[in-house]
Amino acid sequence: MSAETHEVHRHPAPTGFIRKYIFSLDHKVIGIQYIILALAAVLVGMTMSVLMRLNLSWPGTSWPILETLFPAGAPGGVMSPEFYLSLVTMHGTIMVFFVLTTAPQGGFGNYFLPIQIGAEDMAFPVLNMMSFWVTLVGFIVILAAIVVEGNPAIAASIGASLGGASGGTVGPIGGWTGYAPLSAVGLPAGPGQGAGMNLWIVSIAIFCIGSLLGALNFITTLLNMRTRGMTLMRMPLTCWAWFTTAVLALLSFPVLLGGGILLLLDRTVGTSFFVPGGLVFGSTVMNTHTGGSPILWQHLFWFFGHPEVYIAILPGMGATSHILSTFARKPVFGYRAMVFAIFAIGLLGFFVWGHHMFISGMSPYSAMTFSILTLSIGVPSAVKTFNWLGTLWGARIRFTTPMLFAIGFVSLFVAGGITGLVLGQSSLDLPMHDTYFVPAHFHLVMGVASIFGMFAALYFWFPKMFGRFMHEGMGKFHFWITFIGVYCIFVPMHTMGMVGMPRRFAQFTEYEFLKSLHPLVVFVSISAIVTVLVQFLFYFNVIWSVFKGKKADDNPWEATTLEWTTTSPPPHDNFAGVLPTVYRGPYEFAVPGAPKDYLMQTEPDIETAVAGAGNGHNGHKH
Amino acid sequence: MATSTKSLPKTGMRGGPKPGRPNGNGSPNGNGHAFTPRFSASRYRIGMWVAMAAILMMFSALSSAYIVRAASSNDWRSLAVPPTLWVSTLLILVSSVSLEIARRKLKTNRTNSTRLWFWISAALGIGFLASQIFAWRSLVRQGIYVATNPHSSFFYLLTATHAVHLFGGLLALLYLAMRKQPKAGDDLAMAKGQAAADVTTLYWHFMDVLWIYVFFLLFFWK
Repeated sequence: MSAETHEVHRHPAPTGFIRKYIFSLDHKVIGIQYIILALAAVLVGMTMSVLMRLNLSWPGTSWPILETLFPAGAPGGVMSPEFYLSLVTMHGTIMVFFVLTTAPQGGFGNYFLPIQIGAEDMAFPVLNMMSFWVTLVGFIVILAAIVVEGNPAIAASIGASLGGASGGTVGPIGGWTGYAPLSAVGLPAGPGQGAGMNLWIVSIAIFCIGSLLGALNFITTLLNMRTRGMTLMRMPLTCWAWFTTAVLALLSFPVLLGGGILLLLDRTVGTSFFVPGGLVFGSTVMNTHTGGSPILWQHLFWFFGHPEVYIAILPGMGATSHILSTFARKPVFGYRAMVFAIFAIGLLGFFVWGHHMFISGMSPYSAMTFSILTLSIGVPSAVKTFNWLGTLWGARIRFTTPMLFAIGFVSLFVAGGITGLVLGQSSLDLPMHDTYFVPAHFHLVMGVASIFGMFAALYFWFPKMFGRFMHEGMGKFHFWITFIGVYCIFVPMHTMGMVGMPRRFAQFTEYEFLKSLHPLVVFVSISAIVTVLVQFLFYFNVIWSVFKGKKADDNPWEATTLEWTTTSPPPHDNFAGVLPTVYRGPYEFAVPGAPKDYLMQTEPDIETAVAGAGNGHNGHKH
Repeated sequence: MATSTKSLPKTGMRGGPKPGRPNGNGSPNGNGHAFTPRFSASRYRIGMWVAMAAILMMFSALSSAYIVRAASSNDWRSLAVPPTLWVSTLLILVSSVSLEIARRKLKTNRTNSTRLWFWISAALGIGFLASQIFAWRSLVRQGIYVATNPHSSFFYLLTATHAVHLFGGLLALLYLAMRKQPKAGDDLAMAKGQAAADVTTLYWHFMDVLWIYVFFLLFFWK
């Protein structure tokens, strides 16, 4: 395959089960571990979203199973408002951290970044292994928050020693943003503010450390381990996306970690970083704290929180660019513009955190600055969108499942991004803030679009990872139901938001002006349930295809990048001891004069090859 | 025409053919070279710079919290400089110098005295930590705890966060001091030792500068 090769030291593959599959140093195994973690976490997060929808559309209904599982949170099977609020919190936290941050970067990035740049592994395999296991510990801690807060017996015993627990929720109450001062004062603030909140902070802090180890590895690997000929501007756009994401993670997670430590100190040691003096909760006056600033937490959180949004979606953008080009059989339109757009989005992402805080009482001048910077992200985003459309323009598209999901990504990114222009303006944000318009916006653009990027990536790379295709029929069914389903869920939410339906409320039966929206609420819930059900088909497809899927050869999609030059699945050191040499850019489709409609990155130039050997480009040696 | 599939260049991304050549630090093994185990010192250097960027971001976050908190209320009671901190500062400055001597000696292969200089640096590092602990204990004896007032909170937080990071560097120093000397001619082991010494020194200097920054922020900024 590669005309110019060089030997590398071959690490023998580990043979014991534990070193091979559990504590593996192989980036491919670690990548799959991250994906499995995300698939498990998304199941928890999805279940919680269904529970929330049940309560919103059929409030007061008794669900006996809930009483069995959470006797204090759902007495008589009817969800308490506190229970609902903890569902909101845990759904957000688990989805953002353990799904949208792990699968795109830790999962697919880990598996394919080293292969796509022609390296035999990550730069620091031990750190890579640690990053996964640290992240897993973070996940276990957040699950412990569910148990400690949800089970009255455990809440009374273990929960009491961890800061007190009510037993009536499934975790802390504070949203995924954990706003101070409610999150900073402990039990006086109400149910879900004791042990669950402590565990929540600890889990996030652990997660930060795991992500930092990962980011360190990604950046070093990409800068240091590219193979011969793999210049920066010959890297697939996926690698650029993972690299930018790693830089964002590297610079934003330490800020969250610092903020988390301050919050934990406020809760446990009694410092006053975020807690002002004289707070009143019910009949309790807090006089143990003085002078802290709750807004300070918002600044620290959102300085991390906004880049986090891009951490979730940039890998999806990379995968989409890659997959669109492959199945349109055309080069990515404007490769350099795409690279600069990724970087511009990442860079601007650090200067816009204030748009999450327009109603925090900030100066209108600050708000205007944040607003202008926020809207300017529309420019690189539009560059990307139009380049995706340019890639598709006039192409003979192969409508495979990964291609459908990639096109779905573009659709969702536009549909969700366009309302960002509304919310990014401080004057328009004021009425929209804390209504359903906001969840509608961010679910479409950072939630569902990222997930579509990951679906596309999984369907696309599955043959490489397991040597078998995922089932196309099931895949297409999965795509269409999910695609229509998510629009049915989130488009009506925009309407609800414009009417003024507030987010995070457990039920709306008390509000006269929202009564007319109830059919819409029920419609959203039914759409959500159908969409969730079809995900089980996806799970089935994954498991079934690992064992029974149609066999795939080394390059089943006729793609051009380095992962398709090696076997499916790749050997332990990726290229069987011979690192490839790269001669060209990553998206050379439809090259005039070439024997096929694509040229792999490892193929030397046509003229040279023909002139030098006369037998095509495979036998030629420089 | 730009989107047409017909007008595409025949060769690389940017038109002309590019010869396959090593890109920067990508492949230490040249084409056709004899088999050598892969080792790249620059990988460790890059990794260290990246790690330092992350640590810097955390201290930036804590610093901005410090500045905001100091300005936002009237409950701020500044601590006097605990005198021991001057000793800490002196110790860490000297340790940076001694570690630099060790690193340079390693480069010129005067390995016998190198080990001694590593030990001296590690001892100075331990002295720094002891001095910090002494400063904390003296404050505790005066009844100044973490939650006493915002300045003491930040004092304990920033010094402890710095100490935790410095402790990591200290472990690396001890490793260097106790590391077996590679046999003459074992180039790989030599290169690894040099790379480890280089990145540890880099990190230690960073800890040094970071300490001076923390010291100034805590007692001379406000």
